[in-house]
Amino acid sequence: MPTVAPLDLEGHCVAAVFLGDVPHFALADGAIHRLDHGHKTVQANDGLLAAFHDVANDRLITGGEDGKVFAVTAGGNATELATAGKKWITSVAAGPQGAVAYASGKTAFVRFADGKIREFAHPRSVEGLAFSPKGMRFGVARYNGATLHFPAAEGKPVELEWAGAHTGITFSPDGAFLVTTMQENALHGWKLADGKHMRMSGYPGKVKSLSWAPKGKWLASSGAPAAIVWPFSGKDGPMGKAPLELGTRGNAMVTVVACHPSQDVVAVGYDDGMVMAVRFADAKEVLLRRPGKGAITSMMWDRQERRVAFGSAVGDCGVIDISA
Amino acid sequence: MSDVQTQIPVTVLTGYLGAGKTTLLNRILSENHGKRYAVIVNEFGEIGIDNELIVESDEEIYEMNNGCVCCTVRGDLIRVVEGLMRRPGRFDAIVVETTGLADPVPVAQTFFMDDDVRSKTRLDAVVALVDAKHLPLRLTDSREAEDQIAFADVVVLNKTDLVTPEELSKVEATIRAINPAARIHRTTRAGVALGEVLDRGAFDLSRALENDPHFLESHDGHDHHHHDHDGHDHHHHAHASDIHDVTVQSVSLRGGELDPKKFFPWIEKITQMEGPNILRLKGILAFKGDDERYVIQGVHMIIEGDHQRAWKDGEKHESRLVFIGRELDAERLRKSFEACQAAA
Repeated sequence: MPTVAPLDLEGHCVAAVFLGDVPHFALADGAIHRLDHGHKTVQANDGLLAAFHDVANDRLITGGEDGKVFAVTAGGNATELATAGKKWITSVAAGPQGAVAYASGKTAFVRFADGKIREFAHPRSVEGLAFSPKGMRFGVARYNGATLHFPAAEGKPVELEWAGAHTGITFSPDGAFLVTTMQENALHGWKLADGKHMRMSGYPGKVKSLSWAPKGKWLASSGAPAAIVWPFSGKDGPMGKAPLELGTRGNAMVTVVACHPSQDVVAVGYDDGMVMAVRFADAKEVLLRRPGKGAITSMMWDRQERRVAFGSAVGDCGVIDISA
Repeated sequence: MSDVQTQIPVTVLTGYLGAGKTTLLNRILSENHGKRYAVIVNEFGEIGIDNELIVESDEEIYEMNNGCVCCTVRGDLIRVVEGLMRRPGRFDAIVVETTGLADPVPVAQTFFMDDDVRSKTRLDAVVALVDAKHLPLRLTDSREAEDQIAFADVVVLNKTDLVTPEELSKVEATIRAINPAARIHRTTRAGVALGEVLDRGAFDLSRALENDPHFLESHDGHDHHHHDHDGHDHHHHAHASDIHDVTVQSVSLRGGELDPKKFFPWIEKITQMEGPNILRLKGILAFKGDDERYVIQGVHMIIEGDHQRAWKDGEKHESRLVFIGRELDAERLRKSFEACQAAA
């Protein structure tokens, strides 16, 4: 039976992650809580809006209401990386070679590991940011499509057009596909080799959480009473194929999905705080956590594939141990 | 998972540059009224008050569903409201200041169309600041000034000390012609009582129209005339203003008890077909055999209705409905509305 070690905090959890195998919980007030031989806290932003787990450097990148970008590492170090003035930092991402991207209004910034910063102005607001896993390239989700920049080189960005407001963005782990979440209840995708479009719609709610399965064979998503898992193993992605619907519940919506690091299993978090693990092959479900006080807002598996850290909209966070 | 108690009220402040928005905002932020406001502005610029709850945001009009005007939202507000609402308890209400040229419709629609925003906040009222001296000129050179008035629940007619009483009467008559349902307050230096612009519940069906005794000249016993209403023109019928360049018209409809089986398909059809032309619609309705007043309000194609309260003893069971918009076919509206009357 899975066991849950709860950590009851006050406030909205923006990110629940493992840093150096220690569970960390970044709250909207900017406090980063961790369970490291007791409950400890370090302060990052004054008002934390966005967070991104930088796997390669084992750190959490945060941006906030204070217009600042922080890097939080295990052991309770919060270092200011950049500041962009009085405007909110609404999106952050981490990329290869220690590069960090952040957005403020209509401008995307890239901070390289040496501290050098490049600005990328856009005609409209920068809604979402993601680095490609290959090469120094990052994508911006924006109104009517996405823009791809090559921050280490000069030259024109690549524009990908699709009508509507694109709010979030992710590259497939092999870099072949780009997928955006939209203001409408849909995902949009591009096959980068030929620009072919992929429409993934039919969600009853907005999609706010995406997670790639190992090797990018599947893309799991929230926004429905089940985790909607699109097959990406074919050369044209999910086109012409139906998605899996895993962990379907009649009375709750999926808010967060987190794919297992090595197996075709997804942790599914719901708006009532329940967490389940579901296997793709046979849709078998295992209850990991009973409903709590608030919607699940963030989840992450640890490297040992043994624990899941989770956060909620009202602060009832914790760590699920599935090995027990 | 939300209810009215936990939904944060949002006031939208529109008005041209120089109409007095900043003055009013500064009062909202500094006066001792016991409430804390988060303010969303386009530029920090002129607000001379340091407050961590003033958020600068770039106006982003997002069209959805293939660009229908009825489906435009303010994308930046969705993001800012979501961010603010992750830390509730810091403020009691939100004020959104729009740019001078802003179209108020996407701002309002954001609070109806986006599920996340709608679950956490509720639109309280749209307040338009109008410069008494410059309004006539604004109306000739822009459509936005007219839209802002047409869309408002409350109009603050400011800088009245800069015009003669005759000019003021004329300006107020113009505002009335554009929007017969709004409350108008004459002020200097945006000196309106804050209670008249904040926490109005104008979009709250249980309160809408109830706190507006002037609604389509209803004479239901209230008397809240705070102001001199010289030149206040009552429009029983469709009125295209005699003022040059005013393109917004209002169509006021009155009738007795309605047949709900006829009315609801009718209003649905009207809003589906005429949605892009309808800026606002408001109404108090009497249905035959129904003991309660029914209130209805709409923005373009979005329409909401609910029972409000029981009819009072002796209160006349009548229906009043106003459409504010452009290119409305008044005659057709009136005839088709009349066909919704219940059989005697």
